[in-house]
Amino acid sequence: MKQSVKQSDGTGSVSPTLGRSWEPLRGTGGSQKDKNSLRLVAPVWNRGTSGIRGLSRSVDPEGSQRKGRTLLQFLADHFYDVEAVREYLLQKQVLKVLRKNRFQDKEWMRPNGRGLSGELWKLREVPIEAVDASGCAITYQGLDNLLALQELQSLSLQCCPHVDDWCLSRLYQLANSLRELSLAGCPCISERGLACLHHLQNLRRLDISHLPAVSNPGLTQILVEEMLPNCEVLGADWAQGLKLGPEEQSHDTASSPIPA
Amino acid sequence: MIRRALRLGLGPGLLGRGLGAHREGSTLDWHGKVSEIKKKIQSVLPGGAWSPLCDTSHLPPEHSDVVIVGGGVLGLSVAYWLKRLEKRQGAIRVLVVERDHTYSQASTVLSVGGIRQQFSLPENIQLSLFSVEFLRNINEYLAVVDDPPLDLQFNPSGYLFLASEEGATIMENNVKVQRQQGAKVCLMSPEQLRKKFPWMNTEGVALASYGLENEGWFDPWCLLQGLRRKVQSMGVLFCHGEVTRFVSSSNHMETAIGEKVTLKRIHEVHVKVDHSQEYQPVECSIVVNAAGAWSGRIAELAGIGKGPSGTLQGTKLPVEPRKRYVYLWHCPQGPGLEAPLVADPSGAYFRREGLGNNYLGGCSPAEEEEPDPGNLEVDHDFFQEKVWPHLAQRVPAFETLKVRRAWAGYYDYNTFDQNGVVGPHPLVVNMYFATGFSGHGLQQAPAVGRAVAEVMLEGHFQTINLSPFLFSRFYLGEKAQEHCII
Repeated sequence: MKQSVKQSDGTGSVSPTLGRSWEPLRGTGGSQKDKNSLRLVAPVWNRGTSGIRGLSRSVDPEGSQRKGRTLLQFLADHFYDVEAVREYLLQKQVLKVLRKNRFQDKEWMRPNGRGLSGELWKLREVPIEAVDASGCAITYQGLDNLLALQELQSLSLQCCPHVDDWCLSRLYQLANSLRELSLAGCPCISERGLACLHHLQNLRRLDISHLPAVSNPGLTQILVEEMLPNCEVLGADWAQGLKLGPEEQSHDTASSPIPA
Repeated sequence: MIRRALRLGLGPGLLGRGLGAHREGSTLDWHGKVSEIKKKIQSVLPGGAWSPLCDTSHLPPEHSDVVIVGGGVLGLSVAYWLKRLEKRQGAIRVLVVERDHTYSQASTVLSVGGIRQQFSLPENIQLSLFSVEFLRNINEYLAVVDDPPLDLQFNPSGYLFLASEEGATIMENNVKVQRQQGAKVCLMSPEQLRKKFPWMNTEGVALASYGLENEGWFDPWCLLQGLRRKVQSMGVLFCHGEVTRFVSSSNHMETAIGEKVTLKRIHEVHVKVDHSQEYQPVECSIVVNAAGAWSGRIAELAGIGKGPSGTLQGTKLPVEPRKRYVYLWHCPQGPGLEAPLVADPSGAYFRREGLGNNYLGGCSPAEEEEPDPGNLEVDHDFFQEKVWPHLAQRVPAFETLKVRRAWAGYYDYNTFDQNGVVGPHPLVVNMYFATGFSGHGLQQAPAVGRAVAEVMLEGHFQTINLSPFLFSRFYLGEKAQEHCII
């Protein structure tokens, strides 16, 4: 029982590293034993990632500007072993994110003070209906775990910093069951990724609000609505792209072609 | 010996007599030599023309371990992987020679930018799978300290190949191979097509293969700039010039069965500076031919193909430039956001571009109608006659469209089997090829660069075995034919 709980939240402690700096990694080694590691997910994400540029630094292994890193970088440049170890640790962020789950006909299960409760282990045969992974640092590889859930009806990926267009292109595997999807606030998603949501024909609710990387939210909403006729698309208000003033209101952004 | 020759030379009427006075083709011009020496001494003295500290910063270095001819995506990819796979940091000096720094005619930047795994050869599928993984993690591969991350603008919308009755069996077999190699492709029937893409007219379509993941299109200019930036940060030198000559030496040897073989080795590459007669001989140990549409010319400079036809010496590099047109049009009621890159059985293709109902597309002409590759002028009649009818038949909404822009680019077309050439030449032992990809070079560039770097550093392919793409197949006649060509 201890094993399973550790697996499902142990990786939460690895995510803060993201190759950014060496010291915190050593620090969280202790927290892996501490089952409160899941709590590290939210505060760590808020720490250095302000905007897309900050995110890039967190992904970019050499982009850190802290002083302590220069020695490591110097070593990494000259010793292949150090670089190999750093890369191995970077890749160890297998991100299973089951912060909150809802099983069929049961209430939401949240992690209590000591991590996910032991009931989780007993219920591992029960299909999962909804996953709320908001704010989790799930990446393209981490989605493997979510895509295995073939009965998933509701998925919330709100404010996930690493969910980008590539991740959206994998969601077609949930097309049979997925009814509700929320992508609000994800900084890396653009209209190009939204285009591959057309596979999800059973989708009834889609939330695409507050996507900073979408170039034209109003037009994108209209095109997504056309693409998914049975789905209620919540997102940018269609009037968001309109300029002020009566003479300009007729220039709906839908009519002006976006330069390629 | 010399004194005797001098004495003989000085005396008039005594020229031509005496042993050792004349060697083949050399005459002892004593007066000429003295005046030359006098001129040199005069120029060295103050006031003369010679300055020992002349500025050569516009010239490439005099020595380089590897010279890569061609600075497009393939050349830069080889440079990147060479620097990445070298055993010790800074072990290999690489020089990239690019004739045109604006890339105005380079195939890379004029490309439509698609990437797909729907090929018939397993090697091509593997190359494309690795390349898409490279593009997905491009900010890990090409990260440069303090520089902003790259945004490739990747559209993961997939490719949709349509097949008529005749092509349906081949398509099924291809999809089987693709699935075996790990590509995520599905087959669709005409009814499924109509349901999913209501704007399509499925008349004449028996089967379609649709790429579900890892297929789409991206911005090739961004990839090129990212590679350039990263490769410069790794210490690769760039040179703005044109390769005009190779200086090589020959070795006459015999094979085990007694056949005579002449092996050549390139020692120097003469790089001519733009708009000038000045050139720099760069001493090198390996030359990589990544010159794209002009690879054939570079191969000729190295003496490849100069020999009786039918022999290995006489086998030319069968890569030539072929002009292809791309048209951008606007169609207000056209396919929506879900449109993939659709390839019609007739050869016409199109894809969505942006959000404003704009589409890009074109068609490869038949062999007899190949346009003259001398320039990059666009033939608009080609669209009217050869491309539009097929598009309008496939997508009825395209009957009303308006062409906004068009451009032309080159395919580095391999006339033998339309697949790339990689690896060393069997006779010119230090020339390596990375060219001839006939329209799918951009999407395979990261993987091909790695393969060529592996061959150069280790001597054999390590990750993906590209032995079917070696040069020797042109002499042996073994075609590695690719059937899914757009």
